[in-house]
Amino acid sequence: MRYRSLIVVLLVAATLGGCDGGVLDPKGPVALAERQILFNATGIMLAIVIPVVIATLGFAFWFRASNERARYRPDFTYSGRIEMLVWSIPLMTVLLVGTVAWIGAYDLDPPKPIASSTKPLKIQVVSLDWKWLFIYPEQGIASVNHLTIPVGTPVSFELTSSGVMNSFFVPQLAGQIYTMAGMVTRLNLRADYSGTYRGMSANYSGAGFSDMYFKVDAVAPDSFAQWAASTRTAGPVLDAQSYAALVRPSKAVAPFTYRSIANDVFASILSAAMQPAAGLCVAYPASMRAER
Amino acid sequence: MNLLGKLTWAAIPLHEPIIMGTVASVGAVILAALAWVTVRGYWPYLWREWITSVDHKRIGVMYLVFALIMLVRGFADGIMMRTQQAVAAGGAQGYLPPEHFDQIFSAHGTIMIFFVAMPLVIGLMNFAVPLQLGVRDVAFPTMNSVSLWLTATGILLINVSLFVGEFAKTGWVAYPPLSELQFSPGVGVDYYLWSLQISGIGTLLSGVNFVTTILKMRAPGMSYMRMPVFCWTALASNLLIVAAFPVLTALFAMLLLDRYLGFHFFTLEAGGNAMMYVNLFWVWGHPEVYILVLPAFGIYSEVSATFSGKPLFGYRSMVGATLVICVLSYTVWLHHFFTMGASAGVNAFFGITSMIIGVPTGVKVFNWLFTMYGGRIRFTVPVLWTIGFMVAFVFGGLTGVLLALPAVDWQVHNSVFLVAHFHHVIVPGVLFGAIAGYNYWFPKAFGFKLDERWGAASFWCWFIGFHLAFMPLYVTGLMGMTRRLQHYDVLAWQPWLLVAEAGAVIILIGIICQIVQIVVSIRHREQLRDTTGDPWNGRTLEWATASPPPAWNFAVLPRVHELDAFWAKKQRVLAKQDLPGRQHKYALIEVPKNSPTGLVTAFFAVITGFALIWHIWWMVGVGLFGATVTWLAFMFRAEDEVEISAEQASQFDRAHSVEVSL
Repeated sequence: MRYRSLIVVLLVAATLGGCDGGVLDPKGPVALAERQILFNATGIMLAIVIPVVIATLGFAFWFRASNERARYRPDFTYSGRIEMLVWSIPLMTVLLVGTVAWIGAYDLDPPKPIASSTKPLKIQVVSLDWKWLFIYPEQGIASVNHLTIPVGTPVSFELTSSGVMNSFFVPQLAGQIYTMAGMVTRLNLRADYSGTYRGMSANYSGAGFSDMYFKVDAVAPDSFAQWAASTRTAGPVLDAQSYAALVRPSKAVAPFTYRSIANDVFASILSAAMQPAAGLCVAYPASMRAER
Repeated sequence: MNLLGKLTWAAIPLHEPIIMGTVASVGAVILAALAWVTVRGYWPYLWREWITSVDHKRIGVMYLVFALIMLVRGFADGIMMRTQQAVAAGGAQGYLPPEHFDQIFSAHGTIMIFFVAMPLVIGLMNFAVPLQLGVRDVAFPTMNSVSLWLTATGILLINVSLFVGEFAKTGWVAYPPLSELQFSPGVGVDYYLWSLQISGIGTLLSGVNFVTTILKMRAPGMSYMRMPVFCWTALASNLLIVAAFPVLTALFAMLLLDRYLGFHFFTLEAGGNAMMYVNLFWVWGHPEVYILVLPAFGIYSEVSATFSGKPLFGYRSMVGATLVICVLSYTVWLHHFFTMGASAGVNAFFGITSMIIGVPTGVKVFNWLFTMYGGRIRFTVPVLWTIGFMVAFVFGGLTGVLLALPAVDWQVHNSVFLVAHFHHVIVPGVLFGAIAGYNYWFPKAFGFKLDERWGAASFWCWFIGFHLAFMPLYVTGLMGMTRRLQHYDVLAWQPWLLVAEAGAVIILIGIICQIVQIVVSIRHREQLRDTTGDPWNGRTLEWATASPPPAWNFAVLPRVHELDAFWAKKQRVLAKQDLPGRQHKYALIEVPKNSPTGLVTAFFAVITGFALIWHIWWMVGVGLFGATVTWLAFMFRAEDEVEISAEQASQFDRAHSVEVSL
């Protein structure tokens, strides 16, 4: 008994604590819509699943061998009506949930821009071993392991990786998207409330993976402008040399910013991923050699 | 050139106390077992009756023994991960550094899928399918033994990686570029690839064997629609093996070419593309789920019909549902990577096909429900596992449909919500079914039942422990916890992970109960003895022969006139419309001869695999040469069958009389 009450206390405490900071606590339109789909689909299915579980336990209990009041019907092996029913119930459910899936997949498609009168902020994201680089091409700055975005402004991400696959994920703002070297994926989101949210890599990427999380600061637009301006005043420059230093594997890197960035740094990272790694003897097919 | 390739003393992790302790204790247990067998003089018996046996029943039992031992290994990995995550919160790093933790979760997944779940279902199919079909063996008995021992080769190699070198640190899916030489230069990924390549050949051969057996070798009169449902699900599962496993073999061959010969299938540079690997992996990976779960569905069907004292409700519907699942399982693989940036239409299409596969699965659940309806249910251990499965599995299916919605998947993919989901379908779906089948067919295999009380205790520990271990992961998953974290900063997750740890401990007690169950049952085997051959009042042909059955299964092949032929005959005998036996005309029986081919092939496969992993090229040559010579020797064998005289067969039948035979 003592242990049971301890567990109850633990569960209640954890549930209360668990309400903030996750998928169920959205702070933007995309995450909000995704949570709504989660709730709708769960509700539809619980309407089937709970009766099935009750029926399972009920049938098993009532038709136990020792119950003499239960009628034994060894020949009840087929019923066209029941077969009709058991095929159509799941089918109808799928029809319903499938529609939800279809609409959701289109409405919330990650590359789809968010309708808004405000001009979206463009951010380029690079996953490195094992940290995140966020480039603000319009502001001419960049930051590592810390993302700052303006509240109420749609943010349009272009994402890639320096090497292995990662997944860019801020659960309170939007679903995740993979980052892959030599390729660009896209994600759009908006924060409607200012605050600090947890972002992370959701796809295992090697030894330093557990430390690949970062803070997302959603701040008022003028604070964002101030932050961008102050960032421009101090810190290193992101160019080929400093990128080469950054790309070396390192864990749990403290956040810092770059005061300026080289032209087309994202594009060159994108094509650099396709270059052979130093020290590896690589033979190219003829067609590739010709391009170079 | 180094004679031992990449192998040096540095490969043995002498500085790792956890690993060396494990190796020492496992080594001591193995040595003690070998010493015991030697002292008691069991080697000739083991060699003659088990190791070289090509009897499908013996092979089935050996698959199960391997699987249950590997279940302990895989579970040890699992509880180590749970313990690590229970303590490594905030600034704490826990007791496992990343390079060790990363190997553990990779090994846990690989072992549980390939060396626990697969041998469990293949072992049960081996044991039961030929008996249910009313035949004397599988189509290719010696090849069956080769399959078994190649699986054992994979098991051996993956366990050797514990103390010679390392295992993959890539997760059990081994996605490139992480699994490429550039990011994983060690031998870990090579251990992963070669152990799965070699055991994969064994699995493919099993698939070919069973498809042939079921299509071509049934008792006289057993048309397709008179086959027990377990045979139908076995057929579907093996068709999937035959179609899916070559994909995995080809995929791993490509990754091996990348790693060994500088090819560029999945590398970053020179036109390689990792997305191709991800696609092909799941083109195998999703059918694999159904390879595992369909035979378990078959077991639930047999168990629910037998212990309800009723035929399976909606047999035709069940067969149809099985085949629909079999086909649809190839149309859903993309739901494993909705987050890879496919277009909305592609995501939506695969989301909906994934849900559609829930329809035949739902039909099965309803049919089991109506099988129980109007029955007289005996709450034996297999029934407990079946009802436990039905209750747990519908919720696992619910979260599965949630993950099939692309918009939800983006939020919970790669999180521990996903981990909770697939454990929620595979543990109740496959493992519960395999344990139900183990309890159900054990008396047939050994002639005595398993102890009910310890069996029930084990079920309750597993059922409660499973829910305690995995329900909290749904919550932390929704709180944003991703999988494979060696440590984490969010303290709010920790209480849930402590509950999960408690669940893992309760599962451990469940496993201990299972071990006690078998020990107690062996000690009380005389009280638990089954002399009738039909301890459960069964319905299908395996209960129409002695327990344990003779090497030839049936002295005279049964004649089948209807579904559940054995049950129907018993009913007629009860109503005095038929005689319990029939006029037997004993004739000469030929049974396949024992052959060490499987073991010898596996011996050379171990040499080849180990040599390839460590780049010891001369040894690769030795291994391949040895295997080739073994096959040639087998091909030119003088005789491959032993004759059982009519006298011997009738003598056996007199000594082990069954009440009713067909």
